Amino acid sequence: MSNLDQETLMADAVLSQKEDPSLLTVMVRNRAIFWGGILLSLFALIAIFGPFFTVDPVALSPMTRLRPPSAAIWFGSDFLGRDVFARVIYGARISLVVGLAVAVISVIIGLFLGLVAGYVRPLDAVIMRTMDGLMSIPAILLAIALISLSGATLGTVIIAIMIPEIPRVVRLVRAVVLTVREEPYVEAAIAAGTRLPMILSRHILPNTIAPLIVQATYVCASAMLTESILGFLGAGIPPEIPSWGNIMSEGRTYFQISPWIIFFPGVALALTVLAVNIVGDGLRDTLDPRIARKM
Amino acid sequence: MYLYVIKRILATIPVMVIVALFVFLMLRLAPGDPAAVIAGDYATAEDVERIRAQLGLNDPILVQMGKWLAQLARGDLGTAIFSKLPVTTLIGQRLEPTLLLALSTITFTVLVAVPLGTLAAYKAGSWIDRLVMLFSVAGFSVPVFVLGYILIYVLSMQLKILPVQGYKSPFEYGLWQFARHMILPTLTLSVIYIALIARMTRASVQEVLQEDYVRTARAKGQSEFKILMRHALRNAAVPIVTVIGLGIALMIGGVVVTESVFNIPGLGRLVLDAVLARDYPVIQGLILFFSFVYILINLLIDLSYTLFDPRIKY
Repeated sequence: MSNLDQETLMADAVLSQKEDPSLLTVMVRNRAIFWGGILLSLFALIAIFGPFFTVDPVALSPMTRLRPPSAAIWFGSDFLGRDVFARVIYGARISLVVGLAVAVISVIIGLFLGLVAGYVRPLDAVIMRTMDGLMSIPAILLAIALISLSGATLGTVIIAIMIPEIPRVVRLVRAVVLTVREEPYVEAAIAAGTRLPMILSRHILPNTIAPLIVQATYVCASAMLTESILGFLGAGIPPEIPSWGNIMSEGRTYFQISPWIIFFPGVALALTVLAVNIVGDGLRDTLDPRIARKM
Repeated sequence: MYLYVIKRILATIPVMVIVALFVFLMLRLAPGDPAAVIAGDYATAEDVERIRAQLGLNDPILVQMGKWLAQLARGDLGTAIFSKLPVTTLIGQRLEPTLLLALSTITFTVLVAVPLGTLAAYKAGSWIDRLVMLFSVAGFSVPVFVLGYILIYVLSMQLKILPVQGYKSPFEYGLWQFARHMILPTLTLSVIYIALIARMTRASVQEVLQEDYVRTARAKGQSEFKILMRHALRNAAVPIVTVIGLGIALMIGGVVVTESVFNIPGLGRLVLDAVLARDYPVIQGLILFFSFVYILINLLIDLSYTLFDPRIKY
């Protein structure tokens, strides 16, 4: 893409924030969002409909254990003879559900806390110091501890991955609020007697949406990675559920003789996270030219 | 200057207290009965009761909190349920491999990422720049352990030039054996870190290169190399060093995974062993240890800004 294209895109993005002609046009015209989006939609479709067309991902077949990939069993079979292809397809569901859930919930909680911190001055210091403390705890360790306390289920894994992600969202929202509340149009609104809920919903919230969408994609990518790491370490979703992390965790013992058990889910995971990251970078460049210049 | 240093050091205390309180509340606010979860599926009622007493869950919560903070202030991170050893002793036993792995990773990362990022900024828009950016996006997308296994598969199993797993202490086996076993874990752990630092270096060098003084340096005929080293990189140093510090959090998470993949008996493995044994006090002690290390490193980095940029005066 030439520099000129990039500049018109950025100008478009700025305009779209003010007049909002069509966000969709801008997004489709960005190559990163377009291709990343296509890849991601493909994975989503596979995750939703794929399991209906494969064999049972948990069906045992002791006669065909640790078979290498072939025309019949595309990704080979694992140490219980289960079909790795079916398991990888099913695992896509888990990964996408965890990624989406963590992104949506942490953005909602972070948005609320960020608005409070930015607007209710006495609470600002309390919230932000708490977030500082939370941020100094390494995310994976925090998740491991939370899960080992509450027992591993899909729900607790989502919560455990979500908690360390919240501070980043809170910081972002607070920064936006602090900038926007000094703007002349907000002062004008206050002078005109507009009440707080109206100021928040009309003036402050719209300004947080673009950076939040970008942040949400990064949270989603990192949540999917963390989920697989937890599964791999044996500290995540219960082992009977075929998530990508769990498949790879079980493949560890047989890695030297059957590397495909780790290879295929690993590639699937890397491609999915890559697609999310590419979309995130594209969104960042189009939605917020200010951040784009900094990164 | 001294006043600032003291203020900055004091400012870390509330953060540490909040970390300690958070870890404290985690055990008390966990849904269900944590003592029962820790005791496991086959525990008797007495087992659960014993663990509850050991965790101090029977006292009133404020008493528990006071005891907890007093204990931490004495440098006591708690006692393991099964081995009955103090967590600090366990950490001492496992510190060496993790420390050496972390040091070699940071060194390797800085030596690779800073030149790469600078080059990418200098040649902005070129294929080198694109390659570095592509690497930094990909580095953020590949899980640490998958990378580790790919490296093992290619370099150890196919080419057979490096050992598959294990750790050889330099004090027992000599530097050569140590280095051979350290190469793959270091590579594995540094990829995501390199991605982060290269990205930041590129961004901040690119910004500095647009400054007037860079143009002036060019105008007076300064060589490009000196411009990059003396003008660009020195002025871009502060944000780069800051991100190196923040990236430590990323690395601590990676250490747990890397030590597990390469069978290194360090602190990361200690975490996992504790998870498998449901030894919660050890997990809790390690979280506090890692968080405090992270806070202290970032304190040191904050205080070192004057070294990199003499204009910063406190």
